[in-house]
Amino acid sequence: MRNNFSRALQTTIIFLVVGGVIALALGGYFSSASNVFTGSLVNLQTWLSSRFIAVQEFLTAPRDVASLRQRNAELEAEVSELQAQVIQLQQRVGETEILAALVDFSRANPDNTYKAAEVIGRDPSPFLHYVIINRGSNDGILRGMPVVTDQGLVGRVDAVIADAARVQLITDPASNVNVRLENAQTDASLVGSVTGDLELELIPQETNVEAGDLVLTSGLGGGYPPDLIVGQVVNIRARDFDLFQQATVQPVVDFNRLQIILVIVNFTPVDIGPLFPTP
Amino acid sequence: MRDLLAIPVILLAVVLQSSIVSRIPLLSGNADLPLVILAAWALQEGVETAWHWAVSAGLMIGFVSGIPMFVPLAAYLLVVIMARLLQRRVWQAPLLAMFGITFIGTLFLHIFSFVALRLNGAALPIVNTLGLLTLPSILLNMLLAIPVYAIMRDLAHWMYPAAEFE
Repeated sequence: MRNNFSRALQTTIIFLVVGGVIALALGGYFSSASNVFTGSLVNLQTWLSSRFIAVQEFLTAPRDVASLRQRNAELEAEVSELQAQVIQLQQRVGETEILAALVDFSRANPDNTYKAAEVIGRDPSPFLHYVIINRGSNDGILRGMPVVTDQGLVGRVDAVIADAARVQLITDPASNVNVRLENAQTDASLVGSVTGDLELELIPQETNVEAGDLVLTSGLGGGYPPDLIVGQVVNIRARDFDLFQQATVQPVVDFNRLQIILVIVNFTPVDIGPLFPTP
Repeated sequence: MRDLLAIPVILLAVVLQSSIVSRIPLLSGNADLPLVILAAWALQEGVETAWHWAVSAGLMIGFVSGIPMFVPLAAYLLVVIMARLLQRRVWQAPLLAMFGITFIGTLFLHIFSFVALRLNGAALPIVNTLGLLTLPSILLNMLLAIPVYAIMRDLAHWMYPAAEFE
């Protein structure tokens, strides 16, 4: 009984002392001592925390790097896939624009019937300016049919197989197109060259030709339909001692960027060869 | 079986030539992949089928191109003849022989083309042809010669194992 009393007294005294100390501390009487204590405590906790974080990072970092690398690879693959899609879509947009222009052209020229074809290759020989298209006799393509784009004359079909054809461009050195100069109201002959430049020949000396004159097919000779745009005169060479003038023509078609062309399938070329007497 | 290898390889070369190589011009000239392949193949020791390759390439190019068929046929056969002659004489410097045959082969191909087209009435000024077509084509063929020679050497070793070379 006595022991219990003395123990309760001790506990009460301890609580009172501690409570008093706390009350004094809260009252600011131990501020310097409490500052030292709390400062040390905070420093200790800071040190422990930083060490713990360092250890945690050390233990977990390899796993994070691996997962990040994996995620990075996934994202890179996704980016590559999206870039490929963008390129494909850009290509589609380009083709659509070309096709839209060709449709506009065919609507503007309802007299002709067109067959669209894609350029799939060029002649292996650098001497010749031919392209290979993915339409042939199965699609109604015949030798001699004129080939155009929405911009103007491209050439004519030179050879045909079942599913492909070879088109001789007007820039080919062996190409010869009968043309007329719109402003000068005169006929001339347009020939290609090994460099792809177009030359106008057989322009009469008395004809007044100026730079910028439009060159159109004349339809003479039956090789091409009339009034297809070929290009514009760039410069003229007229010398007094020559029989004819010559001129350089800038074609309206960019022959280096031919992608899709139109074959005029309702035009039948006329072979006037038998009309010429053979020696 | 080895003879038949010419058909897919040359076919692939002609397709590549028409669809890609011809679209990479230097001035107005471009490389001739079948010619370089033929030269490299004919220079390989132990290869006996180079003649078939030349005929196949000549016929295929003649079919695809608007140029008269005898032009590539004659030029490619000439390339094989030169390669077979040089192969035994310059065997210690195969790349030198490759460059020589590529140079002369391209030159002959262009001479044949020039003559054939002039006879057909095409307007081909010789200076422009030489400066804008032939020289750039030779340069491009020379550039193509090194990788093509390496590939054809590997192909020849695969088709004709080392035992047959001895």
